[in-house]
Amino acid sequence: MNFWNDPLKVAADWLTGIFTGWGMNTVVANVLVAFLGILMLITILMVIDIFLVWIERKVVARFQDRIGPNRLGPFGLIQPFADIIKLMIKEDTTPDHADKFVYNIAPMLSMMSVLILWAVVPLAPVMLGVDLNIGALFIIAAGSIGTLSIIMAGWSSNNKFSVIGAFRQVAVMVSFEVPMLAVLLIPTIFAGSMGINAIIQSQNIWFVWLSPLAAVIFMIAAIAELGRAPFDLAEGESELVSGYNIEYSGMKFGMFYAGELLHAFTFGGFWSIMFFGGYRFFGLELVSPFLAIAIILFKAMVGYWIIMWVKYTVMRIRIDQMLAFNWKFLTPVAFVLVMVTALMNTLLRGAPSWLFITGMLLSNVIVAWVSLEIVRSVSRKERERVEGPKQVVAEAHH
Amino acid sequence: MTGEQIFFLIVGIVTLISGLMVVTVRNLIHAALWLVATLFGVAMIYAILNAGFLAVVQVVVYIGAIAILFIFAVMLTRRQAAETGASVNSNWWLGAIAAVATFAGLFFLLKSWSGFSKTAAAIPSGFDAVNQLGDALTSANGYVLPFEVASVLLLAALVGAVYLAFNKK
Repeated sequence: MNFWNDPLKVAADWLTGIFTGWGMNTVVANVLVAFLGILMLITILMVIDIFLVWIERKVVARFQDRIGPNRLGPFGLIQPFADIIKLMIKEDTTPDHADKFVYNIAPMLSMMSVLILWAVVPLAPVMLGVDLNIGALFIIAAGSIGTLSIIMAGWSSNNKFSVIGAFRQVAVMVSFEVPMLAVLLIPTIFAGSMGINAIIQSQNIWFVWLSPLAAVIFMIAAIAELGRAPFDLAEGESELVSGYNIEYSGMKFGMFYAGELLHAFTFGGFWSIMFFGGYRFFGLELVSPFLAIAIILFKAMVGYWIIMWVKYTVMRIRIDQMLAFNWKFLTPVAFVLVMVTALMNTLLRGAPSWLFITGMLLSNVIVAWVSLEIVRSVSRKERERVEGPKQVVAEAHH
Repeated sequence: MTGEQIFFLIVGIVTLISGLMVVTVRNLIHAALWLVATLFGVAMIYAILNAGFLAVVQVVVYIGAIAILFIFAVMLTRRQAAETGASVNSNWWLGAIAAVATFAGLFFLLKSWSGFSKTAAAIPSGFDAVNQLGDALTSANGYVLPFEVASVLLLAALVGAVYLAFNKK
């Protein structure tokens, strides 16, 4: 057991040895080492977060046919640090009659709900915080703390627009939790466990080949949970200025902003974990844990890039469209898909792997095709209903 | 005292204090937020008891759904979120006696139970509580009938709510 095979354990043992050598109690030393591990993980995540600001700005610039930050440092790499200094030295304002305690704690809760997700993310086969046997549910639970932080921020700011923004955002998050939870059951069915590490370990075939529809639904629900376009109706600039975070300034706003970026990156990571094998890549993860970390970060970046691609390509939808899309389309499809997957999984239990993959893929294609056909016929009727009288009016005008 | 006991005492005291704050603070939104703290404390107690599934479900259902619903209801129905009337009525002493009597009754009942002073047996390695729960809820020898009856009850409540809210054209 050397450093290159299991760096975390070696480092932890070394530190524990030093601490107990100072005459510290073993229990206290273990707690201290665990605490240092958490601190290290959070520090690394926050440093990644700083560069996510740069990545986001560079990518949006390319999508909008611009160059993006390019003045400070090579490729504008120093820009995020300048942004942070600006945020730190900005005046820290609190609105009149704001609920000070709730107002101040909301950005922290928002950041916390994102950081807590990384407790269950395995970075390498041997590097993970806790291997909870309910990892998939844990994602949803952390999301509900995020929901709470948004409603706290919106309400405590003592501003109509921030409350309306919070209402909209919470409506989106509460709605899209349902299809996300349903779709998270599909990797659970394949792996036979809700543990994140067990899900990764059982992906000898990436689950995206078994259930591409589930991967798509998870991505849509993740984008909605993030409140990014096309589901960014909570921050409709023309109506609400900025949504729930309208009254925040300086680093408190920075917490929401950085939390959102890290959340997007984290959901890219969960997408890769659930459907693209996490840290696994043709056995490369067994060579070295550092290679495994590089693989999972690369896959998370790809997921994050897709989230950005969607954000900067599609337009914002209205709240009624969002609700109809979720409750009349995405949720039923997700539930039907879970039932079909569970049924097929039982039917094909003893089948050879080629038959299993083909059967699963086929059942996904059929579910997707049937649901899209139903949507097409419904939307055709709806269009006739909406556009019908309009033509009559135009006729009469002539 | 072990670390676990200290942790349990801290969590228990925080939970109790937040529970007390729920019924004593004037501002209804603050009461709802204190309720969230109470529910979170209960979730932590589940986690201490190695019931991770219940802890997470507690957070998802009670904080993620029910507490949010409370906050929405308060915001949408009240102009003034702060209560101005007296917080106790003239029967407060009857309520206090009932509460103390219930606590004392439960305490003595548990005290006479033989398992009260025993330490719990260690959980065997490889014990999967989630699997056991799933089996218990779906096997015919377990609790499949009560589980299904509860689902039908919730479905009936859902249909009833939709019927009441449905705008007949």
